Amino acid sequence: MTPLLLSGYTATTCLGRGLDATLAALRDGRSGLQPCHFETVDLATWIGEVPAVDAEKLPKSLARYDCRNNRLAQLGLQADGFAERVRAAVARYGKARVGVFLGTSTAGILQTELAYRRRDPASGALPDDFIYRTTHNSFSLAEFTRDYFGLEGPAMAVSTACSSSAKVFAAAARQLALGSIDAAIVGGVDTLCLTTLYGFASLQLTSSQPCRPYDENRDGISVGEGAAFALLERVDQAASGSILLLGTGESSDAYHMSSPHPEGLGARMAMQAALNSASLNAADIDYINLHGTATPANDAAEGKAVGALFGDRVPASSTKGATGHTLGAAGAVEAVICALALSHDLLPGSPGTTTLDPAIPLAYQLSSRPAPLRRALSNSFGFGGSNCSLIFGVAP
Amino acid sequence: MIASAPIPLSAWIEGIGLLAPGLPDWPSARAVLRGEQPFTAAPSLLPAPTILPPAERRRASRVVKLTLAIGLEAAAHAAADVGTLATVFSASGADGHNCHALCEQLATDDRQISPTRFHNSVHNAAAGYWGIATKSMAPCQVICGFDASFGAGLLDALGQVVIDRQPTLLIAYDSEYPEPLHAKRDTPDCGGVALLLTPTRTTRSLAAITVSPSNASAAQLAEPALENLRTAIPALRSLPLLQLLARGESGRVCLDYLAPMQLNVDLQAC
Repeated sequence: MTPLLLSGYTATTCLGRGLDATLAALRDGRSGLQPCHFETVDLATWIGEVPAVDAEKLPKSLARYDCRNNRLAQLGLQADGFAERVRAAVARYGKARVGVFLGTSTAGILQTELAYRRRDPASGALPDDFIYRTTHNSFSLAEFTRDYFGLEGPAMAVSTACSSSAKVFAAAARQLALGSIDAAIVGGVDTLCLTTLYGFASLQLTSSQPCRPYDENRDGISVGEGAAFALLERVDQAASGSILLLGTGESSDAYHMSSPHPEGLGARMAMQAALNSASLNAADIDYINLHGTATPANDAAEGKAVGALFGDRVPASSTKGATGHTLGAAGAVEAVICALALSHDLLPGSPGTTTLDPAIPLAYQLSSRPAPLRRALSNSFGFGGSNCSLIFGVAP
Repeated sequence: MIASAPIPLSAWIEGIGLLAPGLPDWPSARAVLRGEQPFTAAPSLLPAPTILPPAERRRASRVVKLTLAIGLEAAAHAAADVGTLATVFSASGADGHNCHALCEQLATDDRQISPTRFHNSVHNAAAGYWGIATKSMAPCQVICGFDASFGAGLLDALGQVVIDRQPTLLIAYDSEYPEPLHAKRDTPDCGGVALLLTPTRTTRSLAAITVSPSNASAAQLAEPALENLRTAIPALRSLPLLQLLARGESGRVCLDYLAPMQLNVDLQAC
């Protein structure tokens, strides 16, 4: 593919609001995970909660979108001057020429979970103030963002569980290559809810400790939440130091709904497709941001796939020990972490991981350290066997 | 930063699958859309997913049966190998019955939900079962655009055909919610359409399709029952296009997408 410019980007997670807070936490090897006290959830697990999400007020004209997911979306859009960059692009290109491509796994399902506690005792009806379209539906995040900027062009939600907001980069890149739009808002937002917390617990995939990716004793994920966005544009001569999307790769496991292919075959295909898309070889990659959920099966399968393609040469880490697994937002959160790593020559470490799994021979980075980086690959894999790898680079 | 002359969003249609209330498959829908058979209202009939391994077959929900039915019909129509096809699934919602059951249980004191219900709750559940059934490891996209889901899926599928030069199977589908969610989202039944889109013409091509943005009003169907289906089931916003295909006619129709953006579809019959 022709490289695309990330003319703006931002991330908000339990590490903090915006790039400075995220970068500082990554440099210090800090984790934002805390014991779970979310809502009425009674589970022995740790979570990556963003503080004060519910204090965020949507403008009156967008009140119908009010739910935790869109509150976090607005919080994220307002960080790092991202909304101003989008408005400048809209002024430059026109409101029909800026597309919206956002990933989420559960959107505002929490709103429905809460509404089910307020059903009419006689009729069973949901409360009048519950609005399905603009809170529960998977498109609500993309539609909120489109309306937030008054856009009139194409918009779509991608919802492939935990690969959602990686795959939006590929979908947006296709429309930019076609010339059907001039800029794309890509990203992802997922927020804490009972469905995912109790759901991952039912699969025995949540850890009772802060998650430990690639650790010999890893025993599950820490669910997190986050909002991350990037503005993608075509570019003929990228300014030195700017961040580029160089390649995208997608594949399917075709194996199982909630377990990865044991040999990581689909993961390997996605990474190879991303290298092909970027016209690069494995030797050109300087850092791999692993999916690294810290479940025994994911890290074993991904480790095999990465080892098969890259050997033990390329420094790699999962940053989910810092952010938690932000599910449908993880692809975009980790894309922004790659952009920060490339901009600041920083190899991020892996908070929580202490004893590396000897069965997975990778150049795994336990601690953050400075290193010159030119290209980074990010992996995102989801339920249903949905795989996506992205490659980012820094313009020389 | 740099302007670029738009590349036409064009492809060849090689196969069609359809299932809707009163329209059990594409041949019956084709006869109705040609005016050769009257439309008879009936609940959607979902065939058993015999292609799935027994364990998954037992867990197959209505959306899984629906998407396997229309996707396999379109692929068979084109004699395409489903084991290699890239897919774009686009749906206005996930499995409504499963969602209701989860929300109902999470509102009680016993929140120990079933792990199968949880993995079936993802928007890409039907796509995941498709992968297990067909063994296709090709890229699989899963989109939601609420009422604009058909247009969103069509745009991404055409993007894959034109940019990635690969045959791509678009599977647009919707299903119903039980009460109390049904009162908030009243999709009446299961319905969907599948189109196999290819980058080059072959002897099996049915028509060439080119899509462009528009602000015109969407074409409507003269038959009130069919027009009702078009507006009630988001995937069936495609019906004006399917009517042209059924009649083997060339022409232009405007389809509903996402206000104020609509999609003009130019169809050239082969």
